[in-house]
Amino acid sequence: MSTSQTTTTEHHPALAHQFDSMAQQQGASTFGMWVFLLTEIMMFGGLFAAYLIYRIKYYDAFVAGSTSISVSWGFANTLVLIASSFTMAMAVWSAHKGKRGPLVGFLIGTMILGAVFLGIKGKEYYDKYDECHIPGHVIGKGFNAWGGCSVNNPGLGNIADEIQQHAREAGVSVPEASAMQTARQTEIFFSFYFLMTGLHAFHMIIGMGLMTWLLLRSRRGDFGPQYYTPIELGGLYWHFVDIVWIYLFPLLYLISRHKGAI
Amino acid sequence: MHFNLPLFPEQASTIAGQVDAFYLFLVLITTFFSLLIALLILFFIIRYRRRPDHEAEQIHGSTLLEIVWTAIPLGITLCIFVWGAVLYYRIENPPTNALEIYGVGKQWMWKFQHPGGQREINTLHVPTGRPVKVTLISQDVIHDFFVPAFRVKQDVLPNRYVYSWFEATKPGSYHLFCSQYCGTNHSAMIGHVIAMKPEDYAEWLASGKAEGSLSSMGEKLFQEFGCTTCHRPDSGARGPNLQGLYGRPVRLSDNRVVVADDNYIRESILNPNAKVVQGFQPIMPTFQGVVSEEGLIQITEYIKHMGTQESEPINNRSTPTQLRDNEVPMIQQELQQGGQPAPSGKKP
Amino acid sequence: MSTATTTITPVMPAKHYLNDNYGIRSWLLTKDHKRIALLYLGSITFFFFMGGLFAALIRLELLTPAGDLFTSDTYNKLFSMHGINMVFFFLVPSIPATLGNFVLPIMLGAKDLAFPKINLLSWYIYIGAAFFSLAVMVSGGVDTGWTFYTPLSSGFLRTHVALMAVGIIFAGFSSIFTGLNFIVTVHRMRAPGLTWGRLPLFVWSNYATSLIMVLATPVLAITLILLAMERTFHIGVFDPRYGGDPVLFQHMFWFYSHPAVYIMILPGMGVISELITCFSRKRVFGYSFVAFSSIAIAVFGFLVWAHHMFVAGISQYSAMVFSLLSMAVAIPSAVKVFNWTATMYKGTVSLETPMLYALGFIGLFTIGGLTGVMLAALGMDVHLHDTYFVIAHFHYVMVGGMVSAYLGGLHFWWPKMTGRMYPEAPAKLAAIITFIGFNLTFFPQFILGYLGMPRRYHAYPEEFQVLNVLSSAGASVLAVAFVLPAIYFLWSLKYGQIAGDNPWKATGLEWQTSSPPPTHNFHEVPVVTAPPYNYGSDQEVTVVH
Repeated sequence: MSTSQTTTTEHHPALAHQFDSMAQQQGASTFGMWVFLLTEIMMFGGLFAAYLIYRIKYYDAFVAGSTSISVSWGFANTLVLIASSFTMAMAVWSAHKGKRGPLVGFLIGTMILGAVFLGIKGKEYYDKYDECHIPGHVIGKGFNAWGGCSVNNPGLGNIADEIQQHAREAGVSVPEASAMQTARQTEIFFSFYFLMTGLHAFHMIIGMGLMTWLLLRSRRGDFGPQYYTPIELGGLYWHFVDIVWIYLFPLLYLISRHKGAI
Repeated sequence: MHFNLPLFPEQASTIAGQVDAFYLFLVLITTFFSLLIALLILFFIIRYRRRPDHEAEQIHGSTLLEIVWTAIPLGITLCIFVWGAVLYYRIENPPTNALEIYGVGKQWMWKFQHPGGQREINTLHVPTGRPVKVTLISQDVIHDFFVPAFRVKQDVLPNRYVYSWFEATKPGSYHLFCSQYCGTNHSAMIGHVIAMKPEDYAEWLASGKAEGSLSSMGEKLFQEFGCTTCHRPDSGARGPNLQGLYGRPVRLSDNRVVVADDNYIRESILNPNAKVVQGFQPIMPTFQGVVSEEGLIQITEYIKHMGTQESEPINNRSTPTQLRDNEVPMIQQELQQGGQPAPSGKKP
Repeated sequence: MSTATTTITPVMPAKHYLNDNYGIRSWLLTKDHKRIALLYLGSITFFFFMGGLFAALIRLELLTPAGDLFTSDTYNKLFSMHGINMVFFFLVPSIPATLGNFVLPIMLGAKDLAFPKINLLSWYIYIGAAFFSLAVMVSGGVDTGWTFYTPLSSGFLRTHVALMAVGIIFAGFSSIFTGLNFIVTVHRMRAPGLTWGRLPLFVWSNYATSLIMVLATPVLAITLILLAMERTFHIGVFDPRYGGDPVLFQHMFWFYSHPAVYIMILPGMGVISELITCFSRKRVFGYSFVAFSSIAIAVFGFLVWAHHMFVAGISQYSAMVFSLLSMAVAIPSAVKVFNWTATMYKGTVSLETPMLYALGFIGLFTIGGLTGVMLAALGMDVHLHDTYFVIAHFHYVMVGGMVSAYLGGLHFWWPKMTGRMYPEAPAKLAAIITFIGFNLTFFPQFILGYLGMPRRYHAYPEEFQVLNVLSSAGASVLAVAFVLPAIYFLWSLKYGQIAGDNPWKATGLEWQTSSPPPTHNFHEVPVVTAPPYNYGSDQEVTVVH
């Protein structure tokens, strides 16, 4: 994190009354953001721990579930987010260098990439809705992973069939009852899929809100080399949300994929 | 209104006296240290009370004293831990010859089944002088089987067998409480454990109208549900032979070794794909929603008694699940050396 | 006291934080930590009496063995809402958000907390959460117990579980923001010369509390989110009918809720350190040990959660590990008790009201803590788990401990906050009545617990009645004891004696500024050169301006 903000002898307009110097303010603010991110790690951590425990308990079902979500779109999203972290880092650099134009540009870029991420996520959610993989029976068409989703297209979202098919390709025969049972258990996988990616997406949306506010302030000329702490803090938050995805992607999409198809 | 003021429940089991002795020790320690602090404080506030000519002596501290009053409490708490752990071990681990009774908790009653098929609701008759192991499960939410006079307690979970054991010493009628909040009539989910002298207990058993022993009822279900189609002793059987299975180690398709206990059997009926026996295909359908908890208990009893007429379990090609007799010691050693013993019930 | 004292009649400072600005907006949009502390004070007092009302109704019902005053469902709601109110809307914020908010920045020589706007936001989140929960309570409440065990709460009750969970989640965020603020303030805003080794122990305790708030509360948030999701969308996380594991809920819940009990005692311990030193006019015995024991409690507190689950179906090996660790967590608390007692040795002790509460704390906390050790012993817990023994234990530490400390601290810093003294005689009386009422209420519950009376029982066997009647009688005395301070504190606002800067002649930066303090706390930045609790004959003053 850059620390080369200089303190001026006069009262910088952005210096809050409780602080003695801009350096103290900047140090305290970034420290505060790190502590906040620590709390977020604890929150996601609890969710990840529960996910891992159920993965061990329902291993086959989780493998089947992982296989049924699109690794291509997930990978695309990973690239999008990493790119957005890059644009965010460039925004912070621009602010540090006092370049307002690039700052605004990179913030916009970050927001565009964030929107792309959310759009792809929306598409993935829609696919799951279509395939009747939304758990529970309150939202969506009602969970059905064994062929009863669409009358016209019995293969849609039919995880039971996929399990049997993969087994056949591996030279093993899995009877229908067994595949049905595993398919039923994928509902827990999808519960966690939606909870984890949903919580993450919720944080992304909050991030988009933060970016909007930072964008408006940047355009107004609030930031310069002496003071760009909010941009720094926004950057920290954005990077954090990116890192959560870096953990989510392998845990949800990639683990044990070699045992499934694609 | 009762005016006698008891401090202890009756001691009606073999472990009760030991628990009370431990309690007394703990109360003594608590009382001793509480009194010590209280008296010291009382002494200090009098002896060193504020007086006009009196100044405080600014004492920084004493590392030696800190070490002493850290080490002594640590030593005492470690003793408490050890005593508590030993007692706990005794409370949790039943002897092998225990009489097995089954209990199902549901909102808001207890249902017990004796091996001979006798059933009770909210009352449990047990003999004195003999260890009794109650295997428990819940039909809905978490309950708790608590008999204060025996000093035993166990949360009763849905979907998983747990057990509690005791050996009653005194005939009498003792409170049975549900002590895990379970909804509206939690405080009404109470009953009595009635301990009887063995002769009286036998009489009571004989007088009850039982449909047949648990095991025979289980055998009926075993046939009704078509289990015999696959679970046969012959070599072409599609399912593992269950004779002599109960309590023995089983090797699964992923090479894990688990012990075939109550939880294993129940899980295999409700969720057959969770643990597939090595050498067999995952073709068994689930009976979730088809068989009741009591039914599961009866089937488990039947399986326990399968093969007890013969002195040795069958060892032939159709039973790859059964580890050969000469393999068993090796596996047991493997288990002891810290490969997971995996009793499928208790979870960390 | 050998320094010559000239008696000056104390006067109220002309301008201070209370009269600096008038109008409701100046309060509702304030950034002043002192005003925010008072906003919290009003709010948590309201919820304390709310929780107290539920307690009174519970004790009323338990006068008779039959469940004849309320229906079972109502009774179940009463104890659930008593617990939720007291834990989340009173105890967790109590000392940190009121006394901590007020005094901590001044003790550090700072003008305010690091993030005043977040401090105000924290209060708004609290108020929003608390009144939302109140609305939920009024419109039917929950009957899950404050512990929300599944699958009862996730699939078998028709009450407003998800909504209540939302209220508690938001209250948790209030807690997180307070903790975050304290941590950054203590790290970054200490006055010149105020090293960690010179910090008052109240700061150390609140710092340790803040660590717990920040690390543990998010886990509660996610646990309750999962519960709410399960209830609302019928997905399986904890309900075995959907393949979930109810014991997992308990692990996740207690992972927060055990450290939470240390949130609910550490600030109290910090207050006691301040009171014992001031009223013995003596530096604390073993400062470093007391300071580090706070940190030790915070750290160890995260390692013992499953001692709430010894009979829940965990393995015997886990149980042994957690029992052993639970013994370890008791030690730092014992060290504190010994150090406080030793502080009085060769001191010069006076028994004003704050000291009475402090002494009550030490005695009652010792009993409460040691009964906790009893519960941590495996063989003992099997019999005592989920009985009234546990209820007695935690009320000894939370009410006998924390609430006593809170009242002691409130009396101690009241002159600083308001510029006026409370009336000493009624206050002493209230302290004594509290002690008597408390013991009468909760001591019989230890006996009831060993006899086997389970928790959360609406009706109970007849033989338990005598002890229950004793307990309810004590509760009525305790109620009086809690109402008295409310009355005389309010009275003192108008008629209390003017206090002056330092009525207790205490050390600590907060006593070097006026009572009430100016909005910016100090007229000049203080510089600290002396150790804490510098009660010696040579100097009363610890600050060089």
